[in-house]
Amino acid sequence: MAQTGRPLSPHLQVYKWQVQMVTSILHRATGIALAAGSLLILWGLIALASGQDAFDSFRACAGSVIGLIVLIGWTWAFFFHLCNGIRHLVQDGGAGYAIHQFVRSSWMSIGLSLVLTVLVWAYVLVGGAA
Amino acid sequence: MSKDLRNPLARARGLGSAKEGVGHWWNQRVTAFGLVFLTLYFLVTVLGLIHSDYATARAVVAKPWNAVLLVALIVTMFWHAVLGLQVVIEDYVHTRWLEVLSLVLIKFIAVLGTLAGVLAVLRVALGS
Repeated sequence: MAQTGRPLSPHLQVYKWQVQMVTSILHRATGIALAAGSLLILWGLIALASGQDAFDSFRACAGSVIGLIVLIGWTWAFFFHLCNGIRHLVQDGGAGYAIHQFVRSSWMSIGLSLVLTVLVWAYVLVGGAA
Repeated sequence: MSKDLRNPLARARGLGSAKEGVGHWWNQRVTAFGLVFLTLYFLVTVLGLIHSDYATARAVVAKPWNAVLLVALIVTMFWHAVLGLQVVIEDYVHTRWLEVLSLVLIKFIAVLGTLAGVLAVLRVALGS
């Protein structure tokens, strides 16, 4: 930060934690994670276009332990950014601005993203031999 | 007389101090709206392919509708990612040259990523 010597406005540490702060921070964090994840989609598509060998090594990486951990984290990041993003679009439309609605929709984003992540991975891991 | 202190021409242009009006904000929302559908389509497609072999995956991507939607996904995804990362960089990188460099860099990466992704889909779709 530029050292101007001017007083700073109060920052995160002076506030009591609220769920809206958590969803706001997570929205940014998951957005950054998903931007990195977009390069993985790119890798998959290029591997598919390159040929059988490249695609096999892509699948081997995706199916490894580290690969699965990344994919599970990525799935949650995607669902959270999706749910919270829809919440933000609704708010941009002018709805849901009462404080209790803010709190409730924040918890809905968190809860729904977790449920959807579990559902997808239940399908992947139970719906056939992984 | 209105209380607006801007001159009438500036008000008519509606571009404000950022020189692009609400362009960034609006593009972020429109791409977000498109990505709601495109990403869910992508997720369903990938889940359908999860236990398929290479030839099947290629055949699915080569179908015209899938190729079109995948290209749309790639373009919209990288576009939305740049708009979001741009705001993060503008908020947190306070060294000017580093900020400008990062902003240019993410745009270069996004454009290269878009071109490479589109080319990959086209190679599969057009079968070369």
